[in-house]
Amino acid sequence: MLSQKTKDTLLGPLNANNPVVVQILGICSALAVTVQLKPALVMGIAVTIIVAMSNVIVSLIRNTIPMRVRIIVQLVVVAALVTLVSEVLKAFAYDVAMQLSVYLGLIITNCILMGRLEAFAMTNNAWDSLLDGLGNGLGYAIILVIVAFVRELLGSGQLLGFQVIPQWCYDHGYENCGMMLMPAMALILVGCVIWVHRSLNDKEAK
Amino acid sequence: MSKLNTNSNVYTFIYSAVMVVIVAVLLAVVSQALAPKQQANILLDKQKQILGALKVDYSAGNPADIYMVLVNDTLTYGGASEHSEPIEVYVANLNGATKYILPLSGKGLWGGIGGYLALDEDKNTIYGVNFNHESETPGLGAKIVEPEFRSQFEGKHIRNAANEVVSVAVLKAGKHAEGQEQVDAISGATITSSGVSTMLEVNLAEYEEFLKVESNEGKEEDHVESEN
Repeated sequence: MLSQKTKDTLLGPLNANNPVVVQILGICSALAVTVQLKPALVMGIAVTIIVAMSNVIVSLIRNTIPMRVRIIVQLVVVAALVTLVSEVLKAFAYDVAMQLSVYLGLIITNCILMGRLEAFAMTNNAWDSLLDGLGNGLGYAIILVIVAFVRELLGSGQLLGFQVIPQWCYDHGYENCGMMLMPAMALILVGCVIWVHRSLNDKEAK
Repeated sequence: MSKLNTNSNVYTFIYSAVMVVIVAVLLAVVSQALAPKQQANILLDKQKQILGALKVDYSAGNPADIYMVLVNDTLTYGGASEHSEPIEVYVANLNGATKYILPLSGKGLWGGIGGYLALDEDKNTIYGVNFNHESETPGLGAKIVEPEFRSQFEGKHIRNAANEVVSVAVLKAGKHAEGQEQVDAISGATITSSGVSTMLEVNLAEYEEFLKVESNEGKEEDHVESEN
């Protein structure tokens, strides 16, 4: 059903060409939203949708864009999209809009968007760009979820807001690791993910 | 790409101008079209938060209807201090007891924080409190909205023994406030916690006019009931 190229476009970013651990894009927002699992999931989904949509739009108008102002054009497309989505959410899903609040604005500055628009959508057709956007968004979401999982579990003893580490552990001297709540730990964890990812992929290459 | 010279200055200018106009019109139209619905949502959210401060469970019914029944009056005070906007206090009737709801606003670590403080009729005892925030850190500062933090305020008094309004301090466990009651801060969220503390203090000072009226007859203990 899917040709090899399509498969690579969609699934490549999930592992071999992951935007965070291989392309090193979107690290900044990965630090901000991974204290808990829920905002990480929401951010992952939001970025996936916005990357896919802006990829398609830029791909459709790619032949008309003047080269010298292309970055500005891309930025306008992304900013307009994010503004539209946030307006619509405020009108029809107020609770979700409040949840996202700052993260929606953060999406505009997410380097994955500009990276994919510049590297892929500007030179590929709309269908491939859609797949590339979905793939990269999901690849980003996976890393966010992994980091947030560890940080919330060790930092607050919870997952998605539910207590997972039982009370008797605390009674026996276990303590939440406050370091995990600091942004620096996200960077260290992303580093660990990159380490694991590299060593696994190197083995495959050999 | 070849027929039209997309690199010429004229083309670039026209393209940019057209793009800006299209995007501006699109955003303006959407914003206009959705504004009434957004306003309604903001109002509903405010009503829900006030109900939250009153510890009313609105999950069963329509929050707007419940709000209309409970909150039946708004007291307005001309701007004290430098505030140009008038200060509002909502009056609710909860099972025969009068509760006053004072809107709060202040600063957290990353952005604004706000909330609603529900006082008993004596204008001293805190009945309930609800907080909201724009962008505090999830898992740290954002915990101010959670019941574990908010419920600490219930039953605390905003006045000291001399009946002066002294607010309630938010302090790290182990620290002790002189001459005022206190609740525990959220560990790891020092700035948001002290933001809440400051917000209460500053806002209560602004409600001077509202709180002053009662100060002659106000008592230490809670007295509820009587009038409707």
